[in-house]
Amino acid sequence: MTNLLRFRALDERDINKETFVEPWPEAGLTVADSPYDPQPSLRIVAGRVVELDGRQEADFDTLDTFIAHHGIDLTVAPEAMALESLQFAHMLADINIPRNTLLRLATGCTPAKLVDIMRHMNVLEMMNGLSKMRVRRVPANQAHVTNRRENPALLAADAAEAALRGFSEIETTVGVARAAPFNALAILVGAQTGRGGVMTQCAVEEALGLRLAMKGLTTYAETLSVYGTEQAFIDGDDSPWSKGFLASAYASRGVKVRFTSGTGSEALMGSAEQRSMLYLEARCLCVTRGAGSQGVQNGSISCIALPESLPGGVRAVLAENLMASLLGLEVASGNDALASHSAIRKSAKLMLQFIPGTDFIFSGYSAVPRRDNMFGGGNFDADDLDDYAVLQRDMQIDGGTRSISEAEAADIRRAGAQAIQAVYAELGFPIISDIEVEAAVVAHSSDDMPVRDIVPDLAAADDFLAGDRSVMDVVAALARRGFAQTAENLLTMGRQRIAGDYLQPAAIFDRDFVVKSAINDPNDYNGPGTGYRVEGARWDEIANIRQAKSPRDFIADRLGLPIDGLDRYGDAKRGGHTEVVVAIGPAFGRIITRTIGGIPHEEVLKAVLTGIAEEGLIGRIVRIWHSSDCAEIGHVGAQLSGSGIAIGIQSRGTSIIHRVDLARLNNLELFSQSPSMTVDTYRAMGRNAARYAAKKITTPVPVTVDNWARLRLIVKTALLHRKETEEIRQLPPEALRFDWEPEV
Amino acid sequence: MPTYPLYSDPHADLHAASGRALDEVTVAATVAGEITLEDLQIDKAALQAQAEIARQAGYAQLAQNLARAAELTVVPRAEIIDMYQQLRPGRSSYAELIALATRLEDVYVAPICGAFVREAAQVYLERNMVRRPLAF
Repeated sequence: MTNLLRFRALDERDINKETFVEPWPEAGLTVADSPYDPQPSLRIVAGRVVELDGRQEADFDTLDTFIAHHGIDLTVAPEAMALESLQFAHMLADINIPRNTLLRLATGCTPAKLVDIMRHMNVLEMMNGLSKMRVRRVPANQAHVTNRRENPALLAADAAEAALRGFSEIETTVGVARAAPFNALAILVGAQTGRGGVMTQCAVEEALGLRLAMKGLTTYAETLSVYGTEQAFIDGDDSPWSKGFLASAYASRGVKVRFTSGTGSEALMGSAEQRSMLYLEARCLCVTRGAGSQGVQNGSISCIALPESLPGGVRAVLAENLMASLLGLEVASGNDALASHSAIRKSAKLMLQFIPGTDFIFSGYSAVPRRDNMFGGGNFDADDLDDYAVLQRDMQIDGGTRSISEAEAADIRRAGAQAIQAVYAELGFPIISDIEVEAAVVAHSSDDMPVRDIVPDLAAADDFLAGDRSVMDVVAALARRGFAQTAENLLTMGRQRIAGDYLQPAAIFDRDFVVKSAINDPNDYNGPGTGYRVEGARWDEIANIRQAKSPRDFIADRLGLPIDGLDRYGDAKRGGHTEVVVAIGPAFGRIITRTIGGIPHEEVLKAVLTGIAEEGLIGRIVRIWHSSDCAEIGHVGAQLSGSGIAIGIQSRGTSIIHRVDLARLNNLELFSQSPSMTVDTYRAMGRNAARYAAKKITTPVPVTVDNWARLRLIVKTALLHRKETEEIRQLPPEALRFDWEPEV
Repeated sequence: MPTYPLYSDPHADLHAASGRALDEVTVAATVAGEITLEDLQIDKAALQAQAEIARQAGYAQLAQNLARAAELTVVPRAEIIDMYQQLRPGRSSYAELIALATRLEDVYVAPICGAFVREAAQVYLERNMVRRPLAF
């Protein structure tokens, strides 16, 4: 086989570290269209579902029974099932059909019907639908905060920073299960230090998670996993009823619950029953809604690489999110687990949720570096935070976070770490030293933390979980140690439990600690001018990333006093044939005094004149007043040159060698890469111009091409050009005397 | 009917399950050791109000969940966790599940939860999800 070097380069690319396979429905490896997927059907006899998606009641498995009993509104079902799926899809994509109309109809859909609607939609139509069906008016974001060493000071510092960055929820988990109570405590204290009202959770085994919530250590629970087949559900150690009961148990203590599902889990667990991933997810969502969960975390989650290995996988993941929001469920839309080696691919995938906006765009943006992420990597992590801020700024999209300064980060990280230090000291937990606190402030990852003995921490965590102490003792400890605001915020989270407002769909607390949910802040998007718009103070915040500078003083270091000894002596006239005209722009050497690359204009002139002299000719300096355009400066210079050759130089350093008989936009040599030019380049330019004047054979001056220079310097370039253009005067070219002689 | 959010509705007259008024739950009282975890627990009335709010907004299943939750407010923490464990697949016999339902109905006056567990018991029986001895 012929070996193409470009294919070897392609093989080396990040995208080719991934696995791509053809669909195999019998193994559950098909995203949306398995030949074994049922057709939508629903038969109701005397108020009882006797057939669901082609299956008779006698053959119902647990999921069918649960969906038949709890997941479908039988009064709406006849109308919804009779509606053509294509027309349903149209209504979903159409910005003029209100969300409530679709919410009502969706309550009457079977899982296969939901999939059939998705079948008609491309990703753009789905995104349109999602921006309309998102439950909450304002999108939000969730952070993951974990570290490999379960270090409490670092957890608290990271949670505090994540809260300040604007995340509405923070989730942690454990490497060692016994660390759960302390990890939950650390992010609770850190988060409430960063911003009152950030909700926190700890992903652990279900019964343990419930115990943590009942102790007041978490404020919501998300990892109530459901699966699309009976066997996978049993392997997950639950049934739809036990999950439904668990949801009620959490709610009975005022704790918010979100279920978790996602394409690929059943195939990964070996029991997909030959169904497509999307059909199984539709069953999950009907169970989730039937169990009374206010929302779901879906979008493949930790199985993301599996749908992504198949054609249409990323589209199917978007379809999952859309089906959930169509069912009125709050959606935390994935983008959490490591999904791709390729930065292009992971960013492109994100756009499907980022652009429409979901209730939580990430169901865990890793606010820690990848190595410290105990959820499986983190598709976007702490090192991508500036990228993420810029994406929001670029598209004027609210991604749920903001850019903060280094000083703000340092202060809040210290406050968070000191708060957990105080709690540990007050409650008699193993001491967190001042050295640990300061290390947590500056750390990039847990590698930067001093070694901490985890054995006493785990023993203390066991005692804390088993004993009677709770979040109330933590509040008291904080108050006694002078952390008044953190104590107040922690207690307010507790007081909110008494009201239960945040049990309603898509509830978060805003920066004023006021609940925002489907009840008081429902999504009302119906096209341009409606719904949530990114504007006002929030847009200013998104626009003002920490790197943004005022452009007004951007070019100050390129301005200066006029060159000494460069003086006018009259209007420019045509000279003799042994000269090369050096034509300079209106601002050159008088307002602007350095090139964009920082070379003083005086040095530029000396180099050019030296080069000309080296070839035995004379350089004569002329200022062009009527134009700032490089070609025009060189062109007019050539008209004035006795030899017909001129060098034109703009103040930013861009130069041209022109000849009298050439069209304005033609040239002998063009030096457009001004940032890369050196004094030697200008000198060689002078030599070449003189050689052209003497009609000698001439090799063009080699120039360095830096394709990134324009990207880096385009704002400076524009501002320097603007400055030069400001100096244009409607005056004839001016002859200048330069009080300096080249030594040749 | 109180308006949402109940937290900021002065007419909601919120009390914890312990009977303590929301206004009494302060940091000062906590430091003084007067506040217990029970004073932070939502009571039946607030959950019923939230259920009604959800129902009126069109979230019928969430409302049903909150109605179950309202019933469970009187079940002690440890017992709720046990009840959940009993409902997991393969943990309980049919008779044990029926006993659980009866306990919910009779001891805790939780008819919605009771019916939910009875429904599960029937399905578990039909789908072989009741407890059976391990056979090796």
